[in-house]
Amino acid sequence: MWSAGFIVFFVLSLLTIAGALFMISLNRVVHMVLALSLSFISIAGLYILLDAEFLAFVQVLIYAGAISILMIFGIMMTKHSEEETEEPKKPWQNVLTAVGVIGFFGIIMYAIQSTTIVTEKKDFTQIDTVKEIGMAIFQKHVIPFELISLLLTVALIGAIILAKREEE
Amino acid sequence: MEASLTSYLALGAFLFCIGLYGALTKKNAVIVLLCIELMLNAANINLVAFNKFSVSVTQDLTGQIFSLFNIAIAAAEAAVAVAILIALYRARATSNMYEINELKD
Repeated sequence: MWSAGFIVFFVLSLLTIAGALFMISLNRVVHMVLALSLSFISIAGLYILLDAEFLAFVQVLIYAGAISILMIFGIMMTKHSEEETEEPKKPWQNVLTAVGVIGFFGIIMYAIQSTTIVTEKKDFTQIDTVKEIGMAIFQKHVIPFELISLLLTVALIGAIILAKREEE
Repeated sequence: MEASLTSYLALGAFLFCIGLYGALTKKNAVIVLLCIELMLNAANINLVAFNKFSVSVTQDLTGQIFSLFNIAIAAAEAAVAVAILIALYRARATSNMYEINELKD
C-alpha cells in the first residue's frame, strides 16, 4: 500500500518531469518559460516533503519569481523567431544528442542502483530548521556567506556594466 | 511504499538529463540558460535528499546550506548571462545560438 507521503512525492515528481518535458517540446519561447516555472514550483513542494521549508520558500522566491521573470525580460529585450523551428541544417544532431543523453542517464541510473547507500530517514520535525540554518550560516559558514555577498555585488555591477548602452 | 533516497536521486538524474538535452539542442540562447538552471535544480534536489537521508549523529543541515549557496550562485549567473545576451543582441541583432559562430569560421 502506498503511503500518503509517497503519493505526494509521486504527484510532485510527475509535475516536475511534465514541466521539464513541456519545456523541451513546446514551440513558443514564453510557453517554455511558463512550463519550467511549473517545474520549479513542484521542486519547492519536493523540498517541503524533504523537511526543507526555508529552501522551499527560497525556491519559489528566487526561481519561480526572480529567474523566470528575468528570463521573460531577456526574451522581451531580444527579438526571436516566433516559432522554434527545427534546424534543417543538422537533422542528425538532435538524434545523436538524445542517444548520448539517454546513455548518460542509463549510466547514472546503473550507478545509483548498484551502490548501496546506508540511509536513515531523519526526523527534522523536532527542530526549527529555519533557525538552525540561520545559526549554521552565521556561525559555521560565515566566510562563504560573506564571499557570496561579495559575489552578488560583483555580479550586480558586472550585469549593469555589460547591459549598459555604450557611449558612441 | 515509501519515497526513498533512490527515488529522489533518480528524479534528479532525469531532470539533469532533460536539462542537458535542452542545453545542447535548443536554438534560443535564453532557453539554453533556463536548461542550465534546471540542471542546477537537479543538483539541489540531490543535496537536500542526501541531507534528509544520510546517517549522522547530529541533525546538521549542511546539505540545505549547500543548496542555498548554490541558488545564490545560480541567481548571479542568470543575471550576468542575461546581461551578456542583451549586449550580444545589441551587437549582432540575434539570439540564435547557431548564428553566434564568429570564432568557428
